[in-house]
Amino acid sequence: MALLQIAEPGLSAAPHQHRLAVGIDLGTTNSLVATVKSGAATVLPDEHGRSLLPSVVRYRDDGRTIVGFDAQAEQSRDPNNTIVSVKRFMGRGLADIQDVGRSPYRFVDAPGMVQLVTRAGHKSPVEVSADILRSLRERAEASLGGELIGAVITVPAYFDDAQRQATKDAARLAGLNVLRLLNEPTAAAIAYGLDNGAEGTYVVYDLGGGTFDVSVLALTRGVFEVLATSGDSSLGGDDFDHRIYCWILEQADLHGLNAHDTRLLLTRAREAKEALTEHADTRITAVLSDGQTIDLQLSQATFHAISKTLIDKTLLPVRKALRDARIGAEDVKGVVMVGGATRMPQVQKAVGDFFGRPPLTNLDPDKVVALGAAIQANVLAGNKGDDEWLLLDVIPLSLGLETMGGLTEKIIPRNSTIPIARAQEFTTFKDGQTALSVHILQGERELVSDCRSLAKFVLRGIPPMVAGAARIRVTFQVDADGLLAVTAREMISGVEASIEVKPSYGLSDDEITRMLSDSIAHVADDINARKLREAIVDADSLLDALDAALASDADLLDEAERATLDAAMQALRDAIAAESTKDINACSHKLNQASEPFAARRMDRNIQRALTGKNIETL
Amino acid sequence: MTADLFSDFQQDHFALFGLPRRFALDGAALDTLWRTAAAQVHPDRFASAGDAEKRVALMAATRVNEAYQTLKSPLARARYLLMLAGVDTAEETNTSMPPAFLMAQIEWREAIEDARHGHDVDALERLSRQLRQDMCAMEDELGAALDERHDHDSAALLVRKLRFLEKLDQEIGDAIEALLF
Repeated sequence: MALLQIAEPGLSAAPHQHRLAVGIDLGTTNSLVATVKSGAATVLPDEHGRSLLPSVVRYRDDGRTIVGFDAQAEQSRDPNNTIVSVKRFMGRGLADIQDVGRSPYRFVDAPGMVQLVTRAGHKSPVEVSADILRSLRERAEASLGGELIGAVITVPAYFDDAQRQATKDAARLAGLNVLRLLNEPTAAAIAYGLDNGAEGTYVVYDLGGGTFDVSVLALTRGVFEVLATSGDSSLGGDDFDHRIYCWILEQADLHGLNAHDTRLLLTRAREAKEALTEHADTRITAVLSDGQTIDLQLSQATFHAISKTLIDKTLLPVRKALRDARIGAEDVKGVVMVGGATRMPQVQKAVGDFFGRPPLTNLDPDKVVALGAAIQANVLAGNKGDDEWLLLDVIPLSLGLETMGGLTEKIIPRNSTIPIARAQEFTTFKDGQTALSVHILQGERELVSDCRSLAKFVLRGIPPMVAGAARIRVTFQVDADGLLAVTAREMISGVEASIEVKPSYGLSDDEITRMLSDSIAHVADDINARKLREAIVDADSLLDALDAALASDADLLDEAERATLDAAMQALRDAIAAESTKDINACSHKLNQASEPFAARRMDRNIQRALTGKNIETL
Repeated sequence: MTADLFSDFQQDHFALFGLPRRFALDGAALDTLWRTAAAQVHPDRFASAGDAEKRVALMAATRVNEAYQTLKSPLARARYLLMLAGVDTAEETNTSMPPAFLMAQIEWREAIEDARHGHDVDALERLSRQLRQDMCAMEDELGAALDERHDHDSAALLVRKLRFLEKLDQEIGDAIEALLF
């Protein structure tokens, strides 16, 4: 493990060493990890040189957990304990999962999110995803020779708040510091746009293993602005496999297959799909557990016919996104294809026909998302490249509240640029009402029952007033990860309640910390040493940032303020030298508080400076 | 020391971007100013900074986006100008409308209903285009009322009318989606 460099007190640590950061594409079928090495984004392969990690986790009877190709190879032998496509279950309740009978798992309906019954106990999709992410983290740390400072994890643009929160929880559970959740099509646009110097309006068509996203982006000199996004978070390459699987059942007149045979035929279906990308027809053979032999011939034409409705289903969100962006198909300069499923010729043809131009397929559709995430991770970690760019992303689904009569009142409309906050005032319904229930929803439909329920909380302690006299301001704040926090405040009395919208199943911080320490203790690492290293890394980057800020804007502070800040910085340096985790964290916290007004003034100055320059230029 | 937090961000949306306080607006210039401001304060710029800077950046970026979205939308911009002038547009309470306008509304709704029942997405798209033209014309009127005649009463009425049209546009959008999905 690489030793951390600690700058001598008083000396600026900048230019610091290259901070190790990665981009992770946590896919339904396959996952990847990439990083920027000597200025170029590159996917990190495993020790056998393979880039992809199948998103498959097997809980073996010897208590070991295996991930990837080895787990995939054993999936039809042990289907109930080998979890594939777990991404489909992230942040989902039992009622959300279409066709439960289709997968070989036994589900239990835990509050909010399903759990899978395995021999290793009930596993939440968050835990299974964390196993995949942990494997990628270990791959990256072994390959890069050091601990990661952080990771950018990609999510489908159409993921709702519950699915995003679940992904972030999984990353934290895997011991990753999440620099940002990044939308997959946006990540692809970075990789594509920076490579091709693209300008104009582009569409990213991202058909992954289990999710479909479409984003419309305006690319202008270093700005990637998402104009609109849409999709279907349960539609992907898996569904094409399933169409072939159903065709096999029909052709061979099969009924009531066991889990092993189901898994076997799904695997054969996937292989047939891949073969049909290159060939006009393919043979499907399998021997079922009762000895019955399957031997079928599937042609491209038949495959196209049985999968046509799936492709049509992707074109609806495309139309919706174009409509939201208020542009027509003819205004689009290029369509970037992302996701392994876009290799299917019939998908490329349908998209080409829709836009009246052949789609862009010059980037590896499996890797482009991870590469874009790595480029963004590199910048967020503070390894500034030469090129500066800006990502302006949006929320995919409207956010709102339940009002009288089971109706949804939208507070933040879909496709609003994030971060964003919006407040709305409500009042009491009855005389003397002292509490108000706040039910937070996500979705486009009018009825509460048709939207996703994200969280509920109660604002209590409202002073008794006549109906309609209280003024309750509910504020929604969406951060740059697309995650929501809600505050409710009674304006006359000042009573306040707030919630970070963790859906009811969401793991609490304590639970994550406990599970994390369990897993670290399990590999006999020294958790205290790790905590100290993390505290020092954070403290160092705080000191670096302040040194740089003082170098350029020290004039914003008077002498007394400067002295306070210097003292707080020195205290933190002393704590680092003394290697006391507790003191480092306490001093970091104090320094953060002491420097907030300075940060605000600098922010003001920078924005005014930038805009003044602009106004002189343009007006 | 916290008293001067966001001294400049407390300005109104127009002043934040250094734009004159009026309805007429160069949309492309606003876009450029917004991107310039967002580039300074976006949380991505502060991902490896301390918590204080992260918090401040989140607030500042939110503020910049709010200002941009208010100014970008003609309806929101007009409402905001009236609010700055101390005029309440009373969109929830004042529902009185000229009879001719109400008649036109009924006709619009009937046309949308017919297209919806006939599952005619193309007809809905046509209605949407036509409605957006009507909205543009109304926005021109709004500009004249606010910038030239400084007639707050008729501007407030136009805001209420435009709100009606925006709701219609939303209805058409919902109908199209309901037919497509």
